[in-house]
Amino acid sequence: MNHMLTLLQATTPVPRDIPLALPLPEWLLVVLLVVSFLAHIIFVNLMLGGSILTLWAQIKGMKDKEYDTLAYEIAKTITVNKSLAVVLGVAPLLSINVLYTVYFYSANALTGLMWILIIPLVTAAFLLTYLHKYAWHKLEHNKGLHISILALAVLIFLFIPLIFLTNINLMLFPEKWGTVKGFMDALVLPNVFPRYLHFLCASLAVTGLFLFWYLGRKRYPFETHFTTITRYDIRKRMYALALGVSLFQFVLGPLVLITLPAKGVRWNLVAVILCGATAALPAMYWMWKGITGKPEDIGRNFKKVVAAMTLTVLLMASGRHVYRSNALAPHKKLMAEKTKAFELLSAEARKHPAPEGAASGVTAARPVAPGAAVFQANCASCHKKEGRLVGPPVTEMVSIYQGNVPGLKKWIRQPGKKRADYPQMPGFPQLSEQELSILTDYILSVK
Amino acid sequence: MDFPMFHLDWLNDRFLIAMIAIIHVFINHGLAVGFIPYITWLEQKGVRMAGTSSITNSEWDELVYRKMKVAFIITTTLGAMTGVGIWFSAGLISPSSIGSLIRVFYFAWFVEWLTFVTEVVLIMIYFLIWKQSNRSLKAKIRHIRFGWFLSVFSWITMCIIVSILGFMMDPGNWNTDHSLISGFTNPIYLPQLFFRTPTAMVLGGVFGMLLTTLFTARNAAWRNTALKYGARWILCWAPVSLVAAIIYYKAMPEAMRENMSTAVGTMEFAQYYDLLRYMIPASVSLVAVLGIATWIRPRAIRMWMVLIPCVAAFGFLGIFERVREFIRKPYVIGGYMYSNLLREEDYPLFKRDGLLKYATYATAGKVTPENKLSTGRDVFMLSCSRCHTTNGINSIVYVFERLYGPGKPLDENSMAAYIPNMHNGRTYMPPFPGNQEELGALVAYIKHLQLTGESLEGAQSAGVTVNPDNNMNLAEHITDTTQSK
Repeated sequence: MNHMLTLLQATTPVPRDIPLALPLPEWLLVVLLVVSFLAHIIFVNLMLGGSILTLWAQIKGMKDKEYDTLAYEIAKTITVNKSLAVVLGVAPLLSINVLYTVYFYSANALTGLMWILIIPLVTAAFLLTYLHKYAWHKLEHNKGLHISILALAVLIFLFIPLIFLTNINLMLFPEKWGTVKGFMDALVLPNVFPRYLHFLCASLAVTGLFLFWYLGRKRYPFETHFTTITRYDIRKRMYALALGVSLFQFVLGPLVLITLPAKGVRWNLVAVILCGATAALPAMYWMWKGITGKPEDIGRNFKKVVAAMTLTVLLMASGRHVYRSNALAPHKKLMAEKTKAFELLSAEARKHPAPEGAASGVTAARPVAPGAAVFQANCASCHKKEGRLVGPPVTEMVSIYQGNVPGLKKWIRQPGKKRADYPQMPGFPQLSEQELSILTDYILSVK
Repeated sequence: MDFPMFHLDWLNDRFLIAMIAIIHVFINHGLAVGFIPYITWLEQKGVRMAGTSSITNSEWDELVYRKMKVAFIITTTLGAMTGVGIWFSAGLISPSSIGSLIRVFYFAWFVEWLTFVTEVVLIMIYFLIWKQSNRSLKAKIRHIRFGWFLSVFSWITMCIIVSILGFMMDPGNWNTDHSLISGFTNPIYLPQLFFRTPTAMVLGGVFGMLLTTLFTARNAAWRNTALKYGARWILCWAPVSLVAAIIYYKAMPEAMRENMSTAVGTMEFAQYYDLLRYMIPASVSLVAVLGIATWIRPRAIRMWMVLIPCVAAFGFLGIFERVREFIRKPYVIGGYMYSNLLREEDYPLFKRDGLLKYATYATAGKVTPENKLSTGRDVFMLSCSRCHTTNGINSIVYVFERLYGPGKPLDENSMAAYIPNMHNGRTYMPPFPGNQEELGALVAYIKHLQLTGESLEGAQSAGVTVNPDNNMNLAEHITDTTQSK
């Protein structure tokens, strides 16, 4: 453990954590985080993959009408999947906020403008997908415009994951926080782009499997929508897509692993990732058999494919967490120590607060009249003995209120406004009757 | 002080949260909580109107469907994303407070999330199968039932979040036992929920009427009937909203005074509160006038006649939220954390040793004559920047010029005398947290700001300086322990 600690350089910030207990045991929060994040990311995959495939089909549909129909059918799924993606994102957001409060918020602030731009950008992309869907028939003869609407949404959808990945990556490296000035700096930290490509391929694979089921299921009235394309054609295409990108993941995966900064790479991580990759192998084999086998058998192993792929995704998500936990463990320990030390110091200072005014060099030995103390705390900010500070001088108060203590008290409690060129005085209803008495006595004694 | 400080130096940080939050509240109250039951009710009327020969009155059903389409599109895009946006912006601007709230309210938020998922699934079912459900009476009745389920779930999500809002204003007993239950049952909760429910219904109804005037031609067959139903809806809810508003109006300062917030007694608060006093009857009567006028002569109703009460009602809600926000001051979490994100209980330490000593991000841990300006800027960033800018909205220069006279050169001594005591007079201000030297650096920086008009970049563009006097020690400490083992 000790050699890890030395890796933290002198410029590494070690903030204090929020000094409140976690609401649940840490392991349970981790499980909630990993599982809920998976549910979220699957729908993000479907939203992104679905919109890319719709774009592809619609462009192809300019020559072949059947593909335009296919595009419309896929487009209908995007708007549903996007709503689920957002709402399912809340639980992992909540959990990561609790588990990695300091890390997450620090990364957010350092990339702040881009981070908050997620909100208007995603809103715009969502509105564009609705516009695309509901204007399908109206823009039938204006395909260029119609396709551009979708293309714009796809561009936004492609960009948003980069912002998230940049944040999630930056939060793992407190030692870099002092060097990052804005989103672009954080974007070019190692590992962001390989992970991004890894994510894009996963999106296409997940969408391929989803559409294999969605367009191939028995209840789907395929024949009423399509005449030349067959159910088999589509299913084969979707399997080929899922298989192709999965193969490519075997190139990207090692690349992601190699570009990971060494501080969190351990055998536990490598083991989990390798298991995940292994679980994908049978799925790929079954897909291959489906594509090359008899048309009527193509769907035979689908459930097994999904099961194996689910296992892969679960292991990869766990691997991601193992890295995070490895990478941050030493820093978390330091942070916990610092938080504890601070809490002790703070408690000690509460017990023995510095005497008022000691820091300013005013000796506390000189006894202060209580009336003067009340004046000092409440009035001296704006009133001095002679001449205007914010409000009129004390000498003026004396000349107005000499012999009229109740009037002065009333004014202090609930002041009116006499002078147009002076700011309004705030009332002091919080002063007790006793404080008010000694204060007014003090004011009126000033000569 | 433990987070890099995101800062919008012209717009003002609070403004970002406020802007996103107010859009969200408008959509949540006006297009979900109050709107869905109104739509479901109208859909049900369509089935009643149709008689026995058909399932529903198809023209009427189409009108109601189109209104629902507007709500569906807006709630699932702008509505959903501004909800996430409140969180994102709070995480940027008030990380310590939202981070603390989430630790306390994890379960509430988790349940909120479950309800929220249900709500989204229901709204998709309700809207997307609308047309299919028109094939049989059985399907239609089931569809209407989905509408009522959806209404209930939208309301429940509001129920949970209102508790968190109430908590931030007045944590009740939470400060002593730090438990979820005592946070949840804070004294403002029920009055606020009781107020929001009928108000949302009124907003939903008025917005629905506005859509009716937009979607139907003036002599269209169902326009008058639709308007009259809208009038019935708002006339039904407006009096409840008025009564609830009065109850809330009375309950709020009493509860606040007894418990913690001192801001309630200030003139600034009185100004907002006065505004609310006029806004409540004004907007409620505008809505009532609209209701009665529509009831008597639906034919005469034009779009603008609905638009005015609609804007007034939303404006009323906006002022209400502003008052709610103001009440919390000087705290962000009542009695626990000040709006500058520093905990009240840490003040003695900061006062004794200085704020910078414990800051994770600052140019130095101690003020010296040489670093006075840069440490002054650090102190400003740590203790003022959540509410004040340098030269933008609610700028620090402006607030002092308002005191000492616009354009007059600021005097460091006067400001240094004012700041440590300002919380006594301006009770919405948190006390100044730093020591005497830091105060000196801060006023020097403010004076410098007035002279130069310099602006202050936040961590999102300028990055952070890791406090060499705070973090270095730790690094040394690490090396020491490593060597010793």
